[in-house]
Amino acid sequence: MSRSSLALQVGVLARRSVVRTLRQPAMVIPAVLFPLILLSINSGGLDSATRIPGFPTDSYFQFALALAFVQGALFSSNSAGTNVASDIESGFLNRLALTPLRRLALMLGMLGGILALGLIQAMTFLGVGWVFGAEFEAGIPGALTIVALSLLISLGFGCIGAFVALRAGNGEAVQGAFPLLFAALFLSSMSLPRNLIENDWFQTVATWNPVSYMLEGIRSLMIEGWDPEALALGFACAGGIALLSLLAASSALRTRMVRT
Amino acid sequence: MAERDTAIEAVGLVREFKKGPRAVDGIDLTVAAGEVYGFLGPNGAGKSTTVHMLTTLLPPTDGVARVAGHDVVKEGAAVRGAIGAALQEAALDPFLTAREHMKLQTAMHGMRGAEGRERTDELLERVGLVNAADRRVGGFSGGMKRRLDLALALVHGPRILFLDEPTTGLDPQSRKALWAEVRRLTADDGVTVFLTTQYLEEADVLADRVGIIDNGRIVAEGTPEALKDEIGRPSVEATPCAAGELERTNAVLGRFGEDVPGSPKAAAVRLEAGAQLADVVRALDAEGIEIQDLQLHAPSLDDVFLAKTGRSLEGAAEAEATESEDRAERDPDALAA
Repeated sequence: MSRSSLALQVGVLARRSVVRTLRQPAMVIPAVLFPLILLSINSGGLDSATRIPGFPTDSYFQFALALAFVQGALFSSNSAGTNVASDIESGFLNRLALTPLRRLALMLGMLGGILALGLIQAMTFLGVGWVFGAEFEAGIPGALTIVALSLLISLGFGCIGAFVALRAGNGEAVQGAFPLLFAALFLSSMSLPRNLIENDWFQTVATWNPVSYMLEGIRSLMIEGWDPEALALGFACAGGIALLSLLAASSALRTRMVRT
Repeated sequence: MAERDTAIEAVGLVREFKKGPRAVDGIDLTVAAGEVYGFLGPNGAGKSTTVHMLTTLLPPTDGVARVAGHDVVKEGAAVRGAIGAALQEAALDPFLTAREHMKLQTAMHGMRGAEGRERTDELLERVGLVNAADRRVGGFSGGMKRRLDLALALVHGPRILFLDEPTTGLDPQSRKALWAEVRRLTADDGVTVFLTTQYLEEADVLADRVGIIDNGRIVAEGTPEALKDEIGRPSVEATPCAAGELERTNAVLGRFGEDVPGSPKAAAVRLEAGAQLADVVRALDAEGIEIQDLQLHAPSLDDVFLAKTGRSLEGAAEAEATESEDRAERDPDALAA
């Protein structure tokens, strides 16, 4: 098989992944809607937090908008994991294993669906932010950087979901892992900047929690403009998780596809 | 049998699971090119595990198997290139259309553009799914799914086809349509078919030779006719008019042969050599037992299974399903070293 066949395999598998994702409204709509609901609740209920001395902006909506991007990305773990588990349970993975499929093509193809959902979410959240008056201090390049960072975060969480599905072989494990990822979100700087969290243990957890840096990377582009340190930390945390989870998912796929 | 005529060969094939039973326990089999080999047994007997090993999806714990002349362990890719497989469940994506499935499968086998489209049209036509080609598979009936499954297995023109319980859950019409396609594949295209089934009729109708598997071992092998001839003797089943006469009916029939399972309201025996149905009728009449229904059964593959294992195949399915081999297969942690 020629090298181009890898591209062909990746192409059709990515298309399948995207098509499959888009044809499941029950998977797409909550992944877009729930972050917006949490955003509206937080920005309505916690607006007085902007009066705390040192709060970086006078609009809590602008502060909380970053949460929608990261929370949306968390849904990637659910959708990617559920799709992979479904392929295992239905035997579809076995069907693919009987073809000259390359594992790399399967992994890259799967990422297509994750990125498609991530793009829909990021564009929706940007649009909602723009409609409701959020300002993007870093301008259009900053907005595009937010999309890029969101996709990287989606990739990381998506691969975690795929890893769980490949290890466990069923959708129930994916559903079980989802709340754990949510806990990571709630134990971050999602509601307040880290320096304003008074509770010591919470501040320590939030400081060690990579989700905080993902949020702060996105937030910096909206509130402060170009902050190289926040961006570097955000991309490093998202990229690190994406790399580790991709390696873990690839390893789990190797175990799962035990063809000789 | 010359080596070039051998499509599938297994010697001492074993599969053990860490947390489960020895699913396949030393299977020897040979399937000639162009043959339809029926692998018959109840759920959990080891049929699917055997198919998974022969199709390279599961490494054997011990033993050797060659498919299309290639070792299933050392030459997995070559084996996969020569075979097509429709495994136990029609492994389809409910969110894709039939045509999208075909496009994916043709692309996986390196067919591009017009080549892939032509092959798609040809196969969808052959399995009668042209009109449903652009419908999502989630809305397909069981028979349509199985036909698409078969079309997908045939995309690359395999010489050997593995069909793992292809008609389970299908209505009689869909079952017969699939049988017709299997016959056409062997007659016209010379495809070797390895067919697992728990349906006696299916094995009887389709298979040139049958291997009966129970508890991971082949307990009988041969043509359906030869296996039935081996049993040789027919059985008689008599249902008395009065339920209270069942014990006496049993006693009378017992003079003519050994008990075999039958209807709960009837007595049934396999006739001993030399015993005739007329003798049974005369004996029942002499005892004054009124008979509501009297049947003479020619030997079936179920009788062969009963003779070899002491159990009826049709009753064995539930008992054997307690430790599902499929569950073990899906759990890679359960695989033996």
